Amino acid sequence: MDTVASTEKKKLHPYQILLWVGIGSIIMMFAGLTSAYIVKKSQANWLEFDLPRIFWWSTGVILLSSFTIQMAVKKIKLGEMGQYRGFTALSAILGLLFVILQIQGYQQLEANHIALTGPRSNSAGSFLLVITGLHLLHMVGGVIALVGVSLKANFGKSTSINALPVELVATFWHFVDILWIYLFVFLMWVS
Amino acid sequence: MSHEAVLHGHESHGHDDHGHHEHHDTFLTKYVFSQDHKMIAKQFLITGMVWAVLGGLMSVLFRLQLGYPDASFPWLESILGKWAKGGQITPEAYYALVTTHGTVLVFFVLTAGLSGTFANFLIPLQIGARDMASPFMNMLSYWFFFSASIVMLSSLFVETGPFSGGWTAYPPLSALHDASPGSKTGMDLWIIAMALFVVSSLLGGLNYIATILNMRTKGMSMTRLPLSIWALFFTAVLGVLSFPVLLSGLILLIFDRNFGTSFYLSDIFVNGVGALSNEGGSAILFQHLFWFLGHPEVYIILLPAMGMVSEILSVNSRKPIFGYMAMLGSLFAIAVLAFLVWAHHMFVTGLNPFLGSVFVLLTLLIAVPSAIKVFNWLTTLWRGNIRFTPGMLFAIGFVSLFISGGLTGIWLGNAALDIHLHDTYFVIAHFHIVMGVASMFGMFAGVYHWFPKMYGRYLNNSLGYIHFWVTIAGAYMIFWPMHYEGLAGMPRRYFDFSIWESFKQFADLNRFISTVSMIVFAVQILFLINFFYSIFKGRKVTVQNPWESNTLEWTAPINPGHGNWPGEIPEVHRWPYDYGKDGHDFIPQTTPVGADETGTH
Repeated sequence: MDTVASTEKKKLHPYQILLWVGIGSIIMMFAGLTSAYIVKKSQANWLEFDLPRIFWWSTGVILLSSFTIQMAVKKIKLGEMGQYRGFTALSAILGLLFVILQIQGYQQLEANHIALTGPRSNSAGSFLLVITGLHLLHMVGGVIALVGVSLKANFGKSTSINALPVELVATFWHFVDILWIYLFVFLMWVS
Repeated sequence: MSHEAVLHGHESHGHDDHGHHEHHDTFLTKYVFSQDHKMIAKQFLITGMVWAVLGGLMSVLFRLQLGYPDASFPWLESILGKWAKGGQITPEAYYALVTTHGTVLVFFVLTAGLSGTFANFLIPLQIGARDMASPFMNMLSYWFFFSASIVMLSSLFVETGPFSGGWTAYPPLSALHDASPGSKTGMDLWIIAMALFVVSSLLGGLNYIATILNMRTKGMSMTRLPLSIWALFFTAVLGVLSFPVLLSGLILLIFDRNFGTSFYLSDIFVNGVGALSNEGGSAILFQHLFWFLGHPEVYIILLPAMGMVSEILSVNSRKPIFGYMAMLGSLFAIAVLAFLVWAHHMFVTGLNPFLGSVFVLLTLLIAVPSAIKVFNWLTTLWRGNIRFTPGMLFAIGFVSLFISGGLTGIWLGNAALDIHLHDTYFVIAHFHIVMGVASMFGMFAGVYHWFPKMYGRYLNNSLGYIHFWVTIAGAYMIFWPMHYEGLAGMPRRYFDFSIWESFKQFADLNRFISTVSMIVFAVQILFLINFFYSIFKGRKVTVQNPWESNTLEWTAPINPGHGNWPGEIPEVHRWPYDYGKDGHDFIPQTTPVGADETGTH
């Protein structure tokens, strides 16, 4: 432990620490859900089914969006605002596309007579809905944050360029991306 | 002054203009939607006090039933209406009271009221920061708590009553609308309130961690932090890692309640409903998710009290805290073990006995850091020049209660004994003493000790002494006899023991406990009067550092504005426990190390 703390420029902004601790918190929520999934799977009455194919597409989309948002961060740091706006808009659109694809995935399952909720449902399907649904809500949160940051940058009072807000969103975005990869592999591998 | 400047004023410029800041505040931004951590702390404290009165009153009401099961009190009917028909509390109302008492005291009083108040108040002041990492999020944290409070409060007034299935909300009582009257709208509101509460805790906890890690003043290394801050830090870590798991458990519960899923529900037969159409759900799954939060929650409640007690004992013994690093290490050990013992709440759920024995071992391991802490508190007091302020008395009372209640934890941690003691009054006695009353004592100690800093006035000492002695004697008189009742097998949550031949012998004892509980409750009203009277009319604080304490909060003005220090934030040169060193009674953290000083921390 350091014995002499200093207030000189620290590597992380307080907001970045806030975000990282928050990410730890979100990880615990999904750790709770996926361990409940494992416990439940070992018990009787577990329905085996294949994940909807469309989830592969949504995986591609979310990976691509991580790339575009990283480009946005890069461009704002270089001061190329036009390209920055383009990449931000593209990321937001890809984020929304991911959400739409996920919802289509649920509809595919329902079409294959795998009920996710209701009296005919099996907790295998319900778990899939709850876990990926909560993940989807985090993606929606990311899109809202990105739109909010862009609106503030374009219409706010400040004239100086501040890369921190979009960097924070990007960190969160990558986390949601990695979380999806984990969940996707988990759901495929465990079920 | 902009928010960014409040946060980082000490980095950008030396002489900032906090003096002017006050003038821009309206009533709304200063007292209601305040972003000043000190005001938010007071908001948490006063909301917590409102809940403490309500939750305490509920316990008095159900103690009335337990102490006088045959008596009729017509005035009860005029207050509670149909819930006390004929002047006697109905069984439904009894269960609702017990459930709400538990939920409110655990979460709203001893989590939000305790760590919400003191984390907010002490962290920036004791580490030398202008405010939290995100004052806005901090404000949101309070308002989520406030909304949770309103929703929980409203559940008391719905026609079918508040939730009545116990504070642990086990399914199927919590998952089925038709399980009981309280499982209808009351449970819906309970879940909403708890979800809002979890959000509030997370927003608060994130802030506390980020602030402690990132916003300490110059010279304030982690090992120079007061133990109160370390305790609040581990509390926040526990909350941030365990509340999300409760939230996920509650989300699954919402799906079972409203969308027909089968996470917790299976094809059980319910009276009046028939067999459920659900298949394969496991009610035990909820217990795992619940207690994965539930056990760390115990330490979320206890650690802030431990930290504040360490600080108050040292200040009022005029001695350095004994074994600072051991205290820190044991806080860390408790925080780690907190996550590894949850299944000791589930020994009788059909848990594999081998698995049970692992949890017994891990549970008993907690005795090690706990004993280290007790040893260090006692050795801090040893040969100290003790100042018996009310705050100090409550701190000593905390140590006493922690020992008494902790010892029975060793009993209950044993799976073999727990089979007999599970769900008896022994458990009630254990957790009320070690977690409930002890943490209340920590909270009282904190309020008495830091009241001068909060309001610039003193609490009345005489009332404080009466408050302390009646409360400590009363707490032991209420909970000590319950150990014997529990050993005799008297189960908790029963509405009326007078119809059980084996428990008739306890009728007098139950009446005694109930009577004492009313006296203790009345004395808490005395404290409230003292508190609110002193805010406006108490003796004014005239010196900056009334307790002659070393920590940074006492270097701020008597009534600090938003930003805490009018000039630069003081620099720290030493740990906060240099009491009775080199012939000095106390050496504040801001005093540079002298040339001829003996070794420093």
